[in-house]
Amino acid sequence: MISEVIPTLLHSVPVDDTWITFDVNSFTQNFWSSTFDGLTFGAIYALVALGYTLVYGVLNLINFAHSEVFITGCYGVFFTLSALNFGPSAPRLAFWAIVGNLVLALIVAIIASALMAVIVERVAYKPLRQRKAPRLAFLITAIGVSFAIQYTIYWWRGPSPEAALTMFRPLPIFDVFGTIIDSQQVVIVVAAIILMIATDQFIRRSKTGRGIRAVAQDPDTATLMGVNKERIIVTTFIIGGILAGAAALFYVMKIPSGVQYNGGFILGVKAFAAAVLGGIGNVRGALLGGLLIGLIGNYGQVLLGSSQWTDVVAFVVLVLVLIVRPEGVLGSSLGKSKA
Amino acid sequence: MSEAIEPDIDVDALKEQGVDLEVAEKVAPERDIVTKVGEALVQVQDLTVKFGGLTALDNVSFDINRGEILGLIGPNGAGKTTCFNAMTGVYKPTSGKVMLEGQLLNGLPQHRITRRGLARTFQNIRLFGEMTALENVVVGLDARHRTSVGGALLRLPTHVREEKTAIERGMALLEFVGIADHAHFLSRHLPYGYQRRLEIARALATDPKVLCLDEPAAGFNPAEKEELMALIRTIRDDGYTVLLIEHDMKLVMGVTDRIVVLEFGKKIADAVPKIIRDDPKVISAYLGEPEDDLA
Amino acid sequence: MSTTDGPTLIPDDSSAQEIADREAKMRRRKGWFPGLSDKWNALPRQTQWLFLIIVVVIAYLLPILNPPLITTEPGNNWQIALAQMSVYALIAVGLNVVVGYAGLLDLGYVAFFALGSYTAAMFTSPDSPYVHIPYLWTLPLAMAVAMFFGVVLGVPTLRLRGDYLAIVTLGFGEIVRILATIIPAMKGQVGFQNVGHPPGTDSAGQTIFQNSNGTPWYWLTLTIIIVVLLAAGNLERSRVGRAWIAIREDEDAAEIMGVPTFKYKVWAFAIGASVGGLSGALFAGQVGFVNNQKFDIATSILFVAAVVMGGTGNKVGAILGGALVAYIPLRFTAIAEFKYLIFGAALVIIMIFRPGGLLPARQSLLAYGRLAYNKLRGTNGDIPASGKVVLQSGKGADK
Repeated sequence: MISEVIPTLLHSVPVDDTWITFDVNSFTQNFWSSTFDGLTFGAIYALVALGYTLVYGVLNLINFAHSEVFITGCYGVFFTLSALNFGPSAPRLAFWAIVGNLVLALIVAIIASALMAVIVERVAYKPLRQRKAPRLAFLITAIGVSFAIQYTIYWWRGPSPEAALTMFRPLPIFDVFGTIIDSQQVVIVVAAIILMIATDQFIRRSKTGRGIRAVAQDPDTATLMGVNKERIIVTTFIIGGILAGAAALFYVMKIPSGVQYNGGFILGVKAFAAAVLGGIGNVRGALLGGLLIGLIGNYGQVLLGSSQWTDVVAFVVLVLVLIVRPEGVLGSSLGKSKA
Repeated sequence: MSEAIEPDIDVDALKEQGVDLEVAEKVAPERDIVTKVGEALVQVQDLTVKFGGLTALDNVSFDINRGEILGLIGPNGAGKTTCFNAMTGVYKPTSGKVMLEGQLLNGLPQHRITRRGLARTFQNIRLFGEMTALENVVVGLDARHRTSVGGALLRLPTHVREEKTAIERGMALLEFVGIADHAHFLSRHLPYGYQRRLEIARALATDPKVLCLDEPAAGFNPAEKEELMALIRTIRDDGYTVLLIEHDMKLVMGVTDRIVVLEFGKKIADAVPKIIRDDPKVISAYLGEPEDDLA
Repeated sequence: MSTTDGPTLIPDDSSAQEIADREAKMRRRKGWFPGLSDKWNALPRQTQWLFLIIVVVIAYLLPILNPPLITTEPGNNWQIALAQMSVYALIAVGLNVVVGYAGLLDLGYVAFFALGSYTAAMFTSPDSPYVHIPYLWTLPLAMAVAMFFGVVLGVPTLRLRGDYLAIVTLGFGEIVRILATIIPAMKGQVGFQNVGHPPGTDSAGQTIFQNSNGTPWYWLTLTIIIVVLLAAGNLERSRVGRAWIAIREDEDAAEIMGVPTFKYKVWAFAIGASVGGLSGALFAGQVGFVNNQKFDIATSILFVAAVVMGGTGNKVGAILGGALVAYIPLRFTAIAEFKYLIFGAALVIIMIFRPGGLLPARQSLLAYGRLAYNKLRGTNGDIPASGKVVLQSGKGADK
């Protein structure tokens, strides 16, 4: 029997190879547009990745619920802008009126995300810390919280995405190699980079930042040196929440119909991959990793012809990075970054 | 062997405690009989460990001779534990060699180093908390077992034999360190002193040629320290070679045959305890940092 | 660097009885039915066997008994519900090896389940253009395929810290679902109809293993569970089980004590994956239809919830947890819609308040340790301070 089966088995392997095709033509044609688009996505990933990296640096924990912190911000943006009568088509408002509305949405998103981050920390992680629970317990709790929040949203808002919201009509700004860079891309990338530089400086220069680095390096010694560990942990979660809230605004700006109960989850995996790629615990690494994941994912998508490939490519990159250079491109951890 | 110091505690005291003096027979009947006492068993050659720009260990060389108790001492931060970790494979040395019976240990995975015959205990006790005392010891014994997944699944005769002798030997080892009556308790529920003894039993279970003890007396009162010294001597008398890192000078002076002193990652002395006691460099190393004696 | 517990400072003169009390107290705090495992362990071997036989007989009779109140009818067919519960129980037993024993969090276990399902479907369904083999052959094949991917995924990630495994497996779970959608050979949402089943017809000439009849599938899966349990028990009480628990407790210390940690982590991951593949193949056969809709990450989290609810590390608890995770939505159809919310929240609540789960039993890691322990327990009060134990060498190994 076996002698019959094996040759037939071999024969039946699909050789026509239709499931993966490399569309090089489309890739060269769309190279610059997918680059700029990739950088825009990358900036959003980077902001979310910072939240993972900071918490990982301080608590050595993958905060799976961070994707829900992010999606909470997205809902904050959605509800604020809905209340302000934004709809599927771009609003007919004066420039400053739009800016004012978006800033309001940003503030709501930041508050919502930061609040959610603190709630998650206090409700889920703090009790475990007090009990000195094993690492596995933290991870299981993290994934449990993530799912509980996701499906609370599902229960409340249903499975389908929220109605699309257009914030403004992207205006062409630059022309690079025959490809238009629009105002939306510029706003997202510039704002994200400013936020990240601010975070970086905050962690390097401020007293709280020193505390964060001290706890990241050695929690016990930091406590002995008078650092209030609990306060630092909450602050870290708040910073992560603020950045996730900002990322939420840009995300809704970029993908108007992306507000969905599990929208954060998939983005979260990519953002975490970005954090690992740049070097987990490394603030600058998060930026680099985010941009790289954005680019690689977009190139993969154009080359392979389906948006589904973005996730596959991001995942394969994550695994490759872990094999080749598990400490990430920029390596060093939060505690070791110099003042 | 270098001139031995008269033991402060004699064998009778051990017998009173019920320590079985021929434990090595039960623990590892097949182990090599020590033949050439005094010959270098472990050679540490020009061992250097750097962390970034910091040189934690600088060109340290010493031998551990067969059948001796070698003390490794030095003030805080002198590089004792770093040296220990570099020898047992926890850190990769920047340069230099560690050899056991003439074979290079550098670059081997830690579990291989253990199987070659270098076992250790931990300064901050690291037992498997959710396992009983006996199971902890049997994990050590497993280092010498051959069967794995296949043998266990099919309950092959070799596996059955190994399991049975593991329990006998495990109990014998617990008896040797004096905690056999606590074999069935989870190790994290054991009293502190028992945990330390259990660590020694677990390390002995891997049937080492050299037993490395990292501050085994930390947190002990003087009486417990005396008992520990006796135990260490018995271990040596059974044919094991012992490397001892210790803070407590009295204990080190009382039990070791030879002492290597580190300061700022460098070796500053290597001699019998009598000489070390009067070595001006060693004295200044310790007096320079008087807090250490309090520790 | 490590923030693990230091040693508990217990004075050395505390008696054995005091320690025993402390242990009992700790266990009470950990789980819901703490006394159960103590009582069980205190029973003589024969009583244990007798009790087990009764439980197994009842388990086999369940589809016929159809006990009122417990039954899932009229909402769901009881026999099919049992078949699904048994598949979930098997999944939980497999995942328990990874999460419970070795302490590795595998969040993409559904991927191995999917690999098993697709293996069974693609080699038996008439919708598949490839070679067809008898259904029962796909069971070992599914195990092999899942194990292969387990090793491929495990080797790069298991060298790293445990957290990376969680995120990589999470990604892997998602990828398998996406690939099932975009690879034409896996037929996306259309899927494979009429997946094969074991051979055999009853006296009336009817096929025994029908998709609409859960009973034979339940019996088949139950039998497989018993075999897997025995195998898991053998592994648990051996060097392998000890290595896993040692890795879970303190990986660095385990490595230094001579445990080849990487090797045993890969083993745990591969064994877990193969059981996942096996259960996937059984599931595919019972349902008879496989497409890309059944293997999302949320299902993976249900599997983890099954292990955690049952009591991490306890294989009997895993069966209970797995069966419950399948049973609750089928029995209480009104809350079925919220099952992910319920079990997600359950994970958090259990981890915070009762980390031991329903049955927080401790593994027995020594094949012949029972006698040695019982002797010690029996003579608790009057052990001489010398520590000399009545147990003579040679006798401890008797069984």
